[in-house]
Amino acid sequence: MSDKKPILEFKDIHVEVEGKEVVKGVSMTINPGEIHAIMGKNGSGKSSLSNALMGHPSYTITKGEAYLKGESILDMEADERSRAGLFLAFQYPLAIPGVTVANFMRAALKSHRGADADMSDFRKLFKAAMTDLSVDQSFATRYINDGFSGGEKKRIEVLQMSMLNPAMALLDETDSGVDIDAIKIVSEGINRYQSENNGVLMVTHYQRLLNYVKPDKVHVMMDGKFVLTGGPELALKLEESGYEWLNEEKTGV
Amino acid sequence: MSESLKKQNLELSKLNEDYESKYGFHDPVDYFHKGAKGINHEVVEMISKMKKEPKWMAEIRHEALEVFYKKEMPKWGNDHILNEIDFDDIYYFMKPIDAQKDNWDDVPEYIKKTFDKLGIPEAEKKFLGGVSAQYESEVVYHSMQEDLVKKGIIFLDMDSALREYPEIVREHFGSVIPMTDNKFAALNTAVWSGGSFIYVPKGVDVGIPLQAYFRINAENMGQFERTLIIADEGAKLHYIEGCTAPVYSTNSLHTAVVELKAMDDAYIRYTTIQNWSRNIYNLVTKRASAYKNSTIEWVDGNLGSRLTMKYPCVQLLGECAKGEILSVAFAGVDQHQDAGAKMIHAAPNTSSRITSKSISKDNGRATYRGMVKIHKNATGAKVSVECDALLIGEDARSDTYPTMEIDNDQVRVEHEARVSKVAEEQLFYLTSRGLTEDEARLLIVNGFMEPFTKELPLEYAVELNRLIELDMEGSIG
Ligand SMILES: Nc1ncnc2c1ncn2[C@@H]1O[C@H](COP(=O)(O)OP(=O)(O)OP(=O)(O)O)[C@@H](O)[C@H]1O
Ligand SMILES: [Mg+2]
Repeated sequence: MSDKKPILEFKDIHVEVEGKEVVKGVSMTINPGEIHAIMGKNGSGKSSLSNALMGHPSYTITKGEAYLKGESILDMEADERSRAGLFLAFQYPLAIPGVTVANFMRAALKSHRGADADMSDFRKLFKAAMTDLSVDQSFATRYINDGFSGGEKKRIEVLQMSMLNPAMALLDETDSGVDIDAIKIVSEGINRYQSENNGVLMVTHYQRLLNYVKPDKVHVMMDGKFVLTGGPELALKLEESGYEWLNEEKTGV
Repeated sequence: MSESLKKQNLELSKLNEDYESKYGFHDPVDYFHKGAKGINHEVVEMISKMKKEPKWMAEIRHEALEVFYKKEMPKWGNDHILNEIDFDDIYYFMKPIDAQKDNWDDVPEYIKKTFDKLGIPEAEKKFLGGVSAQYESEVVYHSMQEDLVKKGIIFLDMDSALREYPEIVREHFGSVIPMTDNKFAALNTAVWSGGSFIYVPKGVDVGIPLQAYFRINAENMGQFERTLIIADEGAKLHYIEGCTAPVYSTNSLHTAVVELKAMDDAYIRYTTIQNWSRNIYNLVTKRASAYKNSTIEWVDGNLGSRLTMKYPCVQLLGECAKGEILSVAFAGVDQHQDAGAKMIHAAPNTSSRITSKSISKDNGRATYRGMVKIHKNATGAKVSVECDALLIGEDARSDTYPTMEIDNDQVRVEHEARVSKVAEEQLFYLTSRGLTEDEARLLIVNGFMEPFTKELPLEYAVELNRLIELDMEGSIG
């Protein structure tokens, strides 16, 4: 069956930014219904990997392979990757002055459905998604990420994910800067979206998110490489002991 | 990165590329009257005679012509392009038909077709209180809603106003912009024809916009409309003007003078959407006098033209008067938009806001030239100036020349200027949601213009966005 194909699979990915290699050969396989998490120190290359997978022009994949539902994505532009079912919730969502959230969302959904698609259900869907994520209706007519608080931006990212319903969601620190109550709302959003047919890859620094959204696997990234992969218990250990013991273990080998 | 930037330039160089098919048509016309090219006292006399004007106006015209001869070309703006203008190679007066019509059916077919194509009667039916359509030198069609007439509102073309209300015209004509103001104001005063005259009586709110449309059809034509708008105490009005011209290989000249007067507690908004073809020299003097507690708003959109030099001005003459100037300029291939704003604070507690947005692409050049003057007596004045420039492509250019003269220290002045490029990060954010790069860029450009478009009546905002969208698509169709 074709469902058995991994949703996302990448092998030996190397990423260069500004002439510097920041991701140095990482691999992962995410099967339908699986949730993976990446943890790791600041600057270890988590966002670079996410950006590169999404097709950011500044993050060049110099080596490796990447497949979305069995299809190679490395020759695709970012918009093609999106329409093929990949989604990235940004760590630092960008403001686009003058472009309202609603107009942007409508344009994005339309691009996924095709130019001639019927959009008469848009308002209803959009309103429902806002209600689900406790996003104030007035946000619809505000400009994308313009003057939004950190936590509000993250909620808008999850809202976009739920509207576009991608096969594979990359969530880059969607929990950071989000208050305790909002983490619950965001997590519920992720869980509502998550199903047997899609995949989730979350980058996070905190165990708290993983209490709500249970990962199948946790990968630890250091200096552009995955140094350890384990189950949810790994996240707990990292929360307790930090990353130092990994260094010792590595040098110990 | 440079690859995608290159691609971006290429696509944006198509902006307004459909101008020729959309507005660039011209009608073969048998003019009722077409004078000779060139400017001299005989031409001035001829214009005045044809209009059967009072003697005092003829005298003003001749005097202004002398001022025009004496005044030097401005040394600023773009004197290189300005000096391309050959004043002897221009028609100063063309009369397309013998008499103005107030019934659309009576307008000659070719002119009707022109304005049909431009959507004028359509707009009139939908949301305008009155319409004036000027073709070359004269207004060929004019109408206003019955109930507005009953309220005592006068909305006429300037020629008719001079015939019907000579005393009002005489009182105000040139009172805001004297003929000696600059070379082009002098030229306009000498050969003016057409334009709008509006008088709104005390306390009357016009409610719906009044519009004038200016169309240059002939090659080497000079259009010199003269507009005078007076809002009496407590009156309110919104006036809109739109402009286009065909695409010719030789250039035409548009030199208007617009004078506004807002008496105590009055409100005037003046909206311009000009989309001239790229061979028009657009040299317009616009100024308003704002008396006690009144508000003047200039909303000024400049697409097209070879060179635009235009700096709407508000003279805040009465206490607590407010002035606002919101302008956008789009400079494409070989175009220079030298636009800006002037605010003169000459009374206490006056306030003003200038918002200027410009987009330059290819070798287009957008200049913001601003002047804020605060007189000694303007205690408590508030000024805010914001200039935003968006550059598209390596050769695009934007300059800012803000001048401030402040003679009172109890004032608040804010100034902000920004130059940005269509950021790769913004493009990535939008494309990562499925929008193509073209769609994303269009959204960003529209977003940049949004503070302007949101001030337009919906129909105009839609049209402006559509215009930009069509142009960004460029090659399609
Ligand atoms: N656009 C860029 N230009 C220059 N260097 C960059 C750029 N993006 C990332 N880097 C560098 O690449 C390395 C990895 O950065 P990245 O943002 O991927 O880390 P991260 O693991 O996401 O960190 P954090 O947990 O702080 O978000 C860092 O050294 C960073 O400075
Ligand atoms: Mg990061």
